[in-house]
Amino acid sequence: MEIVVCVKQVPDTTEVKIDPVTNTLVRQGVPSIVNPFDVNAVEEAIRLKEKHGGKVTVISMGPPQAKDALKECLAMGADAAILISDRAFGGSDTLATSYTLASAIRKLGKVDMVFFGKQAIDGDTAQVGPETAEHLGIAQVTYVAKIDVEGDVVRAQREHDDGYEIIEVKLPIAVSVVKSINEPRFPTVKGLMKANRAEIPVWTANDLVVDENRLGLKGSPTKVLKIFTPTHRTQGVIIQKDTAREAVAELFQKLSDAKII
Amino acid sequence: MAIRITEECIGCAACQPVCPFGAIEMREGKAYITEACTVCGACVEICPVSAIIREEETKEVAMDKNEYKDVWVYLEISDGKARNVGLELVGEGRKLADEMGQKLAGVLIGNNIEGLAKEVFAAGADMVYLAEAPEFAHYNTDGYAATFVDMIRTHKPSVILLGATNDGRDLGPRVACRIGTGLTADCTGLGIDEETGLVAWTRPAFGGNIMATILCPEHRPQMGTVRPSVFKRPVPDYSRDGEIIRVASKVNLADIRTKIIDIIHVCTASCNLEEAEIIVSGGRGLGKPENFCYVEDLANVLGAAVGASRAAVDAGWKPALHQVGQTGKTVGPKIYFACGISGAIQHLAGMSSSDVIIAINKDPDAPIFKVADYGIVGDITEVLPMMTEEFKKIKAG
Repeated sequence: MEIVVCVKQVPDTTEVKIDPVTNTLVRQGVPSIVNPFDVNAVEEAIRLKEKHGGKVTVISMGPPQAKDALKECLAMGADAAILISDRAFGGSDTLATSYTLASAIRKLGKVDMVFFGKQAIDGDTAQVGPETAEHLGIAQVTYVAKIDVEGDVVRAQREHDDGYEIIEVKLPIAVSVVKSINEPRFPTVKGLMKANRAEIPVWTANDLVVDENRLGLKGSPTKVLKIFTPTHRTQGVIIQKDTAREAVAELFQKLSDAKII
Repeated sequence: MAIRITEECIGCAACQPVCPFGAIEMREGKAYITEACTVCGACVEICPVSAIIREEETKEVAMDKNEYKDVWVYLEISDGKARNVGLELVGEGRKLADEMGQKLAGVLIGNNIEGLAKEVFAAGADMVYLAEAPEFAHYNTDGYAATFVDMIRTHKPSVILLGATNDGRDLGPRVACRIGTGLTADCTGLGIDEETGLVAWTRPAFGGNIMATILCPEHRPQMGTVRPSVFKRPVPDYSRDGEIIRVASKVNLADIRTKIIDIIHVCTASCNLEEAEIIVSGGRGLGKPENFCYVEDLANVLGAAVGASRAAVDAGWKPALHQVGQTGKTVGPKIYFACGISGAIQHLAGMSSSDVIIAINKDPDAPIFKVADYGIVGDITEVLPMMTEEFKKIKAG
C-alpha cells in the first residue's frame, strides 16, 4: 500500500505568549514542532504499512527548516520524506497550499491513501485535507478515530458532532485523523540516527507540473486584511475566603444580587 | 499584494518581533521578508522610517463579480431538525444581506425536510433552496458537495455561510475548492468592510492568541465557516414567509463513494454542548478522574451539559466529544462553570462568548480568573458539593 502523509511544521502555539506592552505575539523561544495531529497521522500510516506492507512517504510544504519536521517523521519510521519548498509558494492560503500538495502527490505516482491531521494548531482551518482530496478527485473521510483496511476496502470510524459514523469506502482515499486514533510512538535511537543521516529531497515549483498563477499569494483567493490581538473579557469578582462555606455563601449572594439565579 | 522593504531601511529590527508569522529576517543589515509572509501588514506601521510598504497588485479580473448576488446560509440537519448553528447564521446572514441590499436564502439538503423551510423563513430568510432525495437522508461528502456546487453554479450567490461543525468543515472546503474560491475557516466575527464592501471574516489563529480579518476580493462566492454558539439564534417570527426553490438531485447512488454502515449516537444531553444553556466543565485541577463526579453532580442538578478541558481529555478523563476549546467545541451558554480549569488561551477561545463565567480554582493566579465574572479560590472537592447542595435547595424551594 502506497501511503502519503502531509505534515506541517508549526510553532508550538501552546507556548506562544502575547507581549502585554506591545500587544504583539512573542515568538522568540517558541519551539517549532510537527503539528500534533499530523504525528497521529504519521503513526497511523506506519501502523497500516506494518500490517499490510507498502511504503510511507511524508511530505511537507514549508521553508527549508521544515526539514526538521520531516526528519522527526522519518525517525518514527516513515520510509521517505520530501520537502516542497519555493519562494513561489509563500503566502499560500488553503486553496493554493492544497493545489501545491496535490501536484506533489500526483508526481509520486500511484497513491492509495493520503493522511492528514484533522487541523494544524497554528491556522486551525481543517481545510487543506479536504481541498487536497478535491484537487486529486478522490474520496475523503475526515475526523477519523479508527481505521481498518481489507483489500481495497477501508472501514473508518468518523467522529461527528453527536457521535460516530461507521463508513466504508474503496481506495484511494484521503483521511484526516483525530488525536484519539492512536498513541504515537517515540522514535528509536536507530530511527533517529537514520533520520539524521537522511538527505531530504526538495521539490520546487519547477519540479511540479503546476500553473504558476495558482501558487502562493497569486493563487490564494483569501487575503489577510489585518491582524490584531483579541479583546478579552474583563475580570469580575474573585472570592477568596477562609472556608469554602463562606466563599460559596458569598457567591450565591452575588449571583442572586445580579439576578443570575 | 506583497510587502516590500525600501532603501530607507535602517536595519533597526523593530519590525521583527511584531511579525506574527516570523517572516522577517535581518540580512546584511536590512530587513528581509521570507516566504512565510502572508502580507498581513502587521509590520507596516511599526517601522520608524516608513521603509515597509504593502503593495497592492492590480489583478486581472477573473470573473464577473456583479453576476453574483445574495447571501446563502447552509443549514445542517441532524435528526430531522436544523442545527442551531444554521439558524444562528440565518440571523447573522440577514444583517449582511440587509447591509449589502441583497436577499437572504437558506440551503436545505436532505430527505423529507420541506417542513424545515418555515423555521428558516422565521429566522429571517427570504427564500430556501431545497434539495430532497433519498440519497441525502444522511450527510455524505460526495452527494452534498455535488448538489451544493450545482446550486452555486446555477444561482450564483455572492456570500455563503456554513457552520464550522465536523460536517460543515468537511463540506465547505470540498465545495470551495471545486468552485475555486476562498473559504475562511472557523470565523467568530462577520461584518462588511467599509472600504471595499466585501465580507470581512474575522477568526482566531495561533491557538486563539491573535485574530485575523480576511477578505476574498476577486473570487465569488465569498465563503466562510462560522463557529457554533458565537451568534445568538434570532427569535423566530412565524409570520414571515418566503419562496421555496426546488433543486432536483443529479446525484446517483453510485456517485457517493462513502457508504454509511452505522451511526452511533453517543451524544446524550450531557454532551450536547453547543445547544446547552448551562455547561459545567472540568479540567486537570480536579486532581483525578474520579473527581469528575462533582462536576457531573452539579450538572445534573442544573440540567447542564458536561464539558472538559483539553488537558482532561488528553489525560483520558473524558471523551473528546466533551472537549471545549480551540481544537474542541465552541460554546456560548448562559452560564459556564469552569472547575479546575487553568484557562489556557486555547480554552478561552472556545468559551469566552458565554454570558456568565463562573470559575473555581485553587490557584488564585490561574488565568481563568481574568475572564471570569465570578470566581472562587478554593478546593474543588469542597466547593462543588456545597454549590450542588445550594442549587438543590433553590430548586426545591
